[in-house]
Amino acid sequence: MTLTDLQEVARDPDVPAAIEGRSTLALVWSRLRSDRVAMASAFVILAIIAVAVAAPLIAHAAGWGPTDQDRVAGVTPQGLPVGPSARHWLGTDNLGRDILVRTVYGARISLIVGVAATAIATFFGMVAGLVSGYYGGAVDTLLARFMDVVLSFPFLLFAIALVSIVGPSLKISVIVIAFFSWAGIGRVIRGQTLSLREKEFVEAARSLGASDLRIMVVDVLPNLVAPLLVLGTLLVPTAIVFEATLSFLGLGVVPPTASWGNMISDALPFYSVAWWFVAVPGAALLTITLAFNLLGDGVRDALDPGAERVFASRRRRRAHQDTT
Amino acid sequence: MSVPLLEVRDVVKHFPVRSGTLIRRQVGSVHAVDRVSLSVQRGETFGLVGETGCGKSTLARCVTGLHPVTSGHVLIDGEEITGLGRRAMRPYRRQLQMVFQDPYGSLNPRRHVGAIIGDPFAINRVAGGADRRRQVQELMELVGLNPEHYNRFPAEFSGGQRQRIGVARALALHPSLVICDEPVSALDVSVQAQIINLLEDLQAEFGLTSVFIAHDLSVVRHVSDRVGVMYLGKLVETADTHELYAGPRHPYTAALLSAATPPDPDLADRSERVILAGDVPSPIDPPSGCRFHPRCPRAQAVCAVDEPVLTGAPDAPPSHQWACHFPLAPGERLT
Repeated sequence: MTLTDLQEVARDPDVPAAIEGRSTLALVWSRLRSDRVAMASAFVILAIIAVAVAAPLIAHAAGWGPTDQDRVAGVTPQGLPVGPSARHWLGTDNLGRDILVRTVYGARISLIVGVAATAIATFFGMVAGLVSGYYGGAVDTLLARFMDVVLSFPFLLFAIALVSIVGPSLKISVIVIAFFSWAGIGRVIRGQTLSLREKEFVEAARSLGASDLRIMVVDVLPNLVAPLLVLGTLLVPTAIVFEATLSFLGLGVVPPTASWGNMISDALPFYSVAWWFVAVPGAALLTITLAFNLLGDGVRDALDPGAERVFASRRRRRAHQDTT
Repeated sequence: MSVPLLEVRDVVKHFPVRSGTLIRRQVGSVHAVDRVSLSVQRGETFGLVGETGCGKSTLARCVTGLHPVTSGHVLIDGEEITGLGRRAMRPYRRQLQMVFQDPYGSLNPRRHVGAIIGDPFAINRVAGGADRRRQVQELMELVGLNPEHYNRFPAEFSGGQRQRIGVARALALHPSLVICDEPVSALDVSVQAQIINLLEDLQAEFGLTSVFIAHDLSVVRHVSDRVGVMYLGKLVETADTHELYAGPRHPYTAALLSAATPPDPDLADRSERVILAGDVPSPIDPPSGCRFHPRCPRAQAVCAVDEPVLTGAPDAPPSHQWACHFPLAPGERLT
């Protein structure tokens, strides 16, 4: 530090030289970065996204498309799947299709459904929760009871009934999953909004003449970012499993399009003779679900102001390890 | 007398008390404010005192339109503002601003100071962009905050600094009337003085009219030109500050004044202290007649039947009024 710098600091005692105010997001990010499990999960998720995006390249490298049947050596003479080999790196399924390529393409379906259904469900849950909690009264009674009704639906029965009427497709899967997920988010957001609307800063905004919409968006919503982030991250794996369940039952993605759910379903008759057939999509499903769940836990911890003690002790331990 | 800047006429605010799980019936109501009338002249500071729960804050919220009144009228500059919709209320809101009690709860923790103080501009669509930023920073400077802290969050400020932010927000649109709802009761005593001095300076600078709500009698005495005393939703006495502190007429005011902490306990005359018996009755079922009668040392049979009205007397200045059947004589002590 030069002399002029020192004078600068001395002249203005209100400007702290070293202590810099950190925004909430910066704090959350720094906490998340110190969470090794969360960072590993984030890395796995990014890797899966990269693979899904690069699926055509992988198909090209492997030499098989997702629905190509290997008519030469795709199945054994008895018609059973072929195990991992140089020709099919992770084996084939009962129709002689390459498991690796299909699993990679299946990641696209899982991610699309997981993210789209989560986005739709989070949006509607947020709007319903905000409106219900903010207005209260009859609006709240109506919306909250409706959420209770949705939450009490037996999900699978209704999904089966709905799909049997309109027919299975990717779009219907997303809609069905979103429809059965928004109410859970809506309930949490409603509760948070109920307590937030009694805060004096809401009253202050009202005394300034702010509209209800402005209060909800500008004053209440920023305080809901934390729960929404956590609920959203934790909803993605649930939605992915929902999709796999629907596809497993033949109610989701229509064959021959590959989805982890319909691959596992196809593999069931062969699990005793072709472990790779069920193990590869199963492992992929497990990995992505686990990664999203662990990341969600990490995000929740990072956003929890009460968890500072945990993070502080972790920083101390790390610092101690670094010095020894 | 000219048209008062703020006039409150017979304002009543009842909060319904409901019971029942499925079918909610109204079983009663909290009589938070009951037929209160007062007027505040331009340039004046009106102090409102009373115990916790006597309806001071509710009255303030009725005046600012945060609570719809059950009945009665609120007039700003002679114009009725009760029952106005949000849009119709807008021009009056610019004249009428509020400083809140809790400097922690009244600032949104997720928004930076610049956005909070800029809110009045944004909501009323006055200044935008760089112009708003400049005005906000001017306001920050005005209330003694460092304008460079524009992007900081409320959590990074102390209680006193936060209250300065609240003051800056209230002053943003240059209101003519500021309602301060216990602006210092949540602060340390040393910081209280700073905020009170700030408010007084700003009041002088902008010619503000203000209603200052507090339960601390010494604070009210310091800042107010006139004082109103509330008890259980009623205005029981109102007078010029020195008049009220020198010679209270209502027994409740006298008891309240005698209970105030003396600046120097050694010099205080302990015999003067009057301790009221019992607690403040429930506002759901207020006492009949004079609401103060169950606790009043001077109460007689008529007090339980007839409700006294706010009146003056020939031996008192016209601004001094009280609601009591058996008021103290000037200079008389409550025993």
